[in-house]
Amino acid sequence: MLHVEDLVVRYGSAVALDGVSLQVEAGEMVALVGPNGAGKSTMVNTIAGLLKPSAGSVRLEGRVALVPEGRQMFPDMTVEDNLKLGGWSIRNRDLAEVLDLLPDLGSLRRRKAGRLSGGQQQMVAVGRALMARPDLLVIDELSLGLAPLVVDELADHLRLLNRERGTAVLLVEQEVGLAFDVCTRACVLDAGRVVASGTSSELAGTEVVRRAYFGDLPRPEDLNTEDMNTEDMEEVIR
Amino acid sequence: MNELVGYLVSGVALGSSFALIGSGFVVVHRVTRVVNFAQGSLAVLGGMLSASLLGGRLPHGVGELVAVVVCGAVGLLMGILAVGRRGTPPLISLIVTLGISLLASAAIIWLWGQDPVSPPGLSGSMTILGASVERQRLLVLVATLLTFAALALVFSRSYLGKALTASASNPFAARMVGIDVRRMGLVAFALAGVLGGLAGVLVAPTNALSFSSDLPLALSGFAAAVFGGLTSPLRTLVGGLCLGVAGQLTAGYLNGSYQTEVALLLMLVIMIARSKSFVAEEAK
Repeated sequence: MLHVEDLVVRYGSAVALDGVSLQVEAGEMVALVGPNGAGKSTMVNTIAGLLKPSAGSVRLEGRVALVPEGRQMFPDMTVEDNLKLGGWSIRNRDLAEVLDLLPDLGSLRRRKAGRLSGGQQQMVAVGRALMARPDLLVIDELSLGLAPLVVDELADHLRLLNRERGTAVLLVEQEVGLAFDVCTRACVLDAGRVVASGTSSELAGTEVVRRAYFGDLPRPEDLNTEDMNTEDMEEVIR
Repeated sequence: MNELVGYLVSGVALGSSFALIGSGFVVVHRVTRVVNFAQGSLAVLGGMLSASLLGGRLPHGVGELVAVVVCGAVGLLMGILAVGRRGTPPLISLIVTLGISLLASAAIIWLWGQDPVSPPGLSGSMTILGASVERQRLLVLVATLLTFAALALVFSRSYLGKALTASASNPFAARMVGIDVRRMGLVAFALAGVLGGLAGVLVAPTNALSFSSDLPLALSGFAAAVFGGLTSPLRTLVGGLCLGVAGQLTAGYLNGSYQTEVALLLMLVIMIARSKSFVAEEAK
């Protein structure tokens, strides 16, 4: 479905992605995790065709649609218009299919997208991407700035979408717990390179994931906690 | 009392031409966030072309139509220069249109000379509510109302209209869903060319146009468009009509030479009063 091979993307002299390979098969849910600045958003924008790779290749079989970071609504337009524009590339203006999958959007149809809460906007962003009837849905930071309860609900919708439509999902997340929970397979990105990949259960709690996020700091359980109060520990983790 | 009604009627007729010119500003700004400084030049070009074509024995209707179509093509060309390169910031595009308007004045002098030109239009006048109004001005009013109805329909109802609006509302998201933002900008400029040409063709029979008419035309149209926050066709129409009436009342009760100043003053007041909404628009 999605075959990324030895992808290199540069911003001027800075290398954002340095030889990244990643596959997503049809109907699969894959997580791409990593800390800030790992190159996740660069990866998303390259897959979506908004950035040109310096080397390597991105091969897509089927349609891809993007749920971008920060939701990216058309703020002064209604939810209905936002959704309809999502289908622009295939001239799909029929909301029925998407409302069937995300029924909550029905009651928001006439509201201005810019006036909605973050969670509602994220749901519109997912719905808008689905209007393009994608074979692969790429989601950039599903959980960013949202309450855990809202994120759980969105995650349920994704699982349902995957199960009922067979839509493949590439979930790009900072929140490792969520990513591993939703996706069966994951890839850990750090400083523009893939540092680990495997099934979510293999990766969960491993050293390499921890190190990608916290660097070479000592693990909390390795510290002599008797000599430290919690404030000091939080300081170290930060 | 009869006097007042007369000023109101002629003000509405005059104001509709302001609104028609303003519609070009609205279309370009709504889609690209660029203020097209060459909008007045398009109207002058439209008037000049129709004068030459009708003088060259093209029948009424055909001559005007050809002039409007040519203006549409010129508008498209302006668009290619101003927004044709992807990622050009609106401010740079605005300066490009300013340059085009200077160039257009030179081209118009070169082609048509410096004397004012006025193509034939509808002759005679009608009496409405005791006020005598030239029939050509009524034609402008009718054409303006039809144009604005069409614009409002396109922007609020059609799929293309929504994509046009989305291009400026959030260019990144528009590109993401597959809207060709650059092409939408070109569509807007071509449409602005047609609207500018139409305004020139209709206004020129009652107000002779010369190479230097672009600025006063653009100013009155811009003032009307500012009423609509440079994005709303309906409020631009209302703005144009208010300006026309205010100008006629000034001319009638004070002094005709204050007309432009009153229009500019009104525009200033509105811009200051609405400055919040302009900022909010940018901040989105």
